[in-house]
Amino acid sequence: MYLATNGRPDTSPHPSGVRRRVPGTVIALGAVSLVTDVSSEMVTAVLPLYLVLGLGLSPLQFGFLDGLFNGATALVRLLGGRLADRGGRHKRVAGAGYLLSALSRLGLLLAGGAAGGIAAALAADRLGKGIRTAPRDALISLSSPPETLGRSFGVHRAMDTTGALLGPLVAFAVLWATADAYDAVFVVSFCVGLLGVLLLLLYVPDSVSGPVGAPRVPVSRPAKAQHKPLRDPAFRRILYAAALLGAATIGDAFLYLLLQRGLDLSPTLFPLLPLGAAAGYLLLAVPVGRIADRTGRRLPFLLGHAALLGAYAVLLAPVSWASLAAVLALLGVFYAATDGVLMALAGPVLPAHGRASGFAVLQTGQALARLVGAAGFGAAWTFWGQGPALWVAGLALAGALVAAWRVLPPAPDVPVQPSPSRAPEAS
Amino acid sequence: MKFRSRQLRLVLVVAAVLLLGGGSLGYVLHARQRDAPAQQVGADASFTLAEPGLYFRDAATGRIARQPGRQAPRVAGGPSCDRFYAAGERALCLRKLPGVPARTQALVLDRQLKEVRRVAVVGIPNRARVSASGQLLSWTTFATGDSYATSAFSTRTAILDLRTGDLVKSVEDIPLTVDGARYHAPDVNYWGVTFARDDNRFYATVSSKGRTHLVEGDLRKWSARALRENVECPSLSPDNTRLAFKKKVSDDPKAPWRLYVLDLATLREHPLSETRSVDDQAAWLDDATLGYALPGGEGRKSDIWTAPADGTGTPHLMVPGGSSPGAVH
Repeated sequence: MYLATNGRPDTSPHPSGVRRRVPGTVIALGAVSLVTDVSSEMVTAVLPLYLVLGLGLSPLQFGFLDGLFNGATALVRLLGGRLADRGGRHKRVAGAGYLLSALSRLGLLLAGGAAGGIAAALAADRLGKGIRTAPRDALISLSSPPETLGRSFGVHRAMDTTGALLGPLVAFAVLWATADAYDAVFVVSFCVGLLGVLLLLLYVPDSVSGPVGAPRVPVSRPAKAQHKPLRDPAFRRILYAAALLGAATIGDAFLYLLLQRGLDLSPTLFPLLPLGAAAGYLLLAVPVGRIADRTGRRLPFLLGHAALLGAYAVLLAPVSWASLAAVLALLGVFYAATDGVLMALAGPVLPAHGRASGFAVLQTGQALARLVGAAGFGAAWTFWGQGPALWVAGLALAGALVAAWRVLPPAPDVPVQPSPSRAPEAS
Repeated sequence: MKFRSRQLRLVLVVAAVLLLGGGSLGYVLHARQRDAPAQQVGADASFTLAEPGLYFRDAATGRIARQPGRQAPRVAGGPSCDRFYAAGERALCLRKLPGVPARTQALVLDRQLKEVRRVAVVGIPNRARVSASGQLLSWTTFATGDSYATSAFSTRTAILDLRTGDLVKSVEDIPLTVDGARYHAPDVNYWGVTFARDDNRFYATVSSKGRTHLVEGDLRKWSARALRENVECPSLSPDNTRLAFKKKVSDDPKAPWRLYVLDLATLREHPLSETRSVDDQAAWLDDATLGYALPGGEGRKSDIWTAPADGTGTPHLMVPGGSSPGAVH
C-alpha cells in the first residue's frame, strides 16, 4: 500500500530526483476532497429544489439565505489559515472543517422546515468549507517537493473535480429512486461526508515537514515568529496579479447565459454547460500542472487567463455550436491553468509555517476580486447591453493581463533552484 | 491519533464503507417505501367540476378537493396536482415530475377532469390560470440554475390558446413597452398571467432590473405595455373592473408583500384587511371576496384564507390545509 507512507515518521525519506509518483499525502487529500465534494455537491444540486418545492420558501427568501453566507466565508478562510499555521495544526483544522460540513447535512435533516435551522445548517457548511481550504492546500504544498508542486495540485484538483461531477449524479439517482425524498439525499450526503473525514483521519499525516527529502521537523514556530505574508514583496506581487486578473473575470454564470441566449439553448441542456467545462478542467489539470512545473508557473497562470480572454472573444462573434465547444474548452483550460497553478506559484514563496495563512490571504483576495468583477459585469450588462459589456470585460482582462505580466516576478519559482525566500527548515 | 498499521486502517475504511453505505442504502429503501403511496393519481370517476364550490389542493393528500360551502364538509377525490385552477370548460393541473432538473407537467382537463392535452415544461409549478371561458390557459414555473451555475431563480410563463392549439412556451419574447418606449433587457421575467373576459387581453407581472411592473398584454396584436410598478401576481375580478395583486411593502425577506386591489377605472389602489405577507396569486371567489394561501397553522403546510375585496372586514380561515384556491360556479 502506497497511500500516506509519506506521512509516517518511521519511513526513511525517498531520495529526491528518483521520485516519479505523486506524494501519498496528496493522493490521500485528493481522495478526501473527492469524497467530500460528492457529499457537498449532492446537497448543492438539490437544495434550491428542496427549499422552494419541499418547504415552500419563495425564491426571494432562498436568494436571501444563499447570499447571506457567501460574504462571511472570506473571513472564516483567513481564520482557518491562521489557526492552521499556529503550531502546524493543518490536519486538525482541515478535519474540523470537513466534519462541520458533514454534520451540517444532519442539521438540514433535523431542521425539518424551520427556516432558522436551515440557515444555521447552511452557515455551518460554509464555515466548514471556509476553514478547511487553506490548511488543505498548505498540506498539499508542504508534502510535495517544490519542483513538482504544479503536478501535485493538478492531481488534487482533478480528484476534487471528479467528486464535484459525481455529486449531482448521486443526488439525482437518490431522488429518482425515492420519488423525490430530499431527506434521503441529506442522509446519504452525511454518510459520504463522514467517510471523507475518516479518510483524512487515517491517511493524512499529523504533521508534514515540507518538501520530502528534508529531515522531519514540526512546522510549528514560536508564536512571536508569526509570519506576515503581506510583508513579503514576492508574495505581494502574486497577490496583486491574482486580484487584478480576478477583478477582470466576469463569472462563469454570465458566460453560460451568453451561450444559452446565443443558441436559444433548451433549459434542460443548460445545466450541462458547466459540466462540460468541469470535464475539461478534470482532463487538463494534471498535464497543465506538469507543464507548469517545467516552464515555471507564471506563464501557465497568465496563459490561462489569456484562454479566458479567448472565450470572451469567441462570444463576441455570433454564437454557434462550434463556439459553444470552444468556450467550454477554453474555460476548462482557464481553470486547469489558474486554480491549482496559483497555489503552486505562491507555495514556494511562503515559508512552511506561514503557508496556510498565505494561501488563505491569496484565495480570499482572488475571491473578493472576482466578486467585484462579476458584479461589475452584471451592472455593465444591465446598463449597456451584452455586446458592449463583453467588449469592456475583454479590454479590462487584456489590460489586467499586461499589468499582471509586469507585476509578477518573471521566475519566482525556477524549478530545481531553491527559492531564497523559503524558510530555512524547509530546504 | 496515530494509526500505524496499514491493515488496521484498511479494515477501518472497509468497515466504515460497509456501515455508512449500508446505512445510506437502508435509508433510501425506507424513504422509497414510505413515499410510495404519494403517487400521482387522476381524479376519481365521481369527482368532476359539475358541482359548484371552492376547488383547492389538499396538502395532506396532494389531491384536489372541493369545499361546497362555508360550513359544508369537503369532498375529496380530485387529481393530484401541485397547482390547480378551473374556469369555464377547462381545468389546469400542474404537476412536478420526479427527478432533476425539475420539470412540470401541465395537464389540461375538461369538466369531467379527463385529460385533453398535456405539455411538459422546465421548472417548478408556480402559477396556473384559466380564462373565464376556459379557452386560454397560462402557467408559470420557476426554473433553477444548478450547482455550478447561479443559484438564482427565473420564471417561465406559457400561454396556451385552445381555440387554435397555439402554445407560447415563453412569453418573454412579446414586444414590451415601458414608459412609451420599446424595452429590451436580458433579465426580463414574466409571471402570474390573468385573462380578461374577451379572451384576448391579459395582465401579468414583468420583472427586470430588480423592479416589477404590471403589464397589460394583447394576444392578437402580440404586444404588452407596462402600466404601473410594484405589482406582482395580478388577478382580474370576475366583472373585469379590479385587479388584486401582491405589492412589495417591506425589504424584510420574511414578510415582503401585502395584498392590494387596484380599481382599473380610477387606477386607485387600497390594501386588504389581510396584514400578513401573502405570496400567492389571489383568486376571486366572487366579485366581493378574495381567496389566497398562507403558510398553515398547527403544522399544516398551507391554509386558504378569504378577505373582502373592498378592504373592510377581517380575514377568515376558509380551508385548513388547502392551497391553490379557485371558485367554480
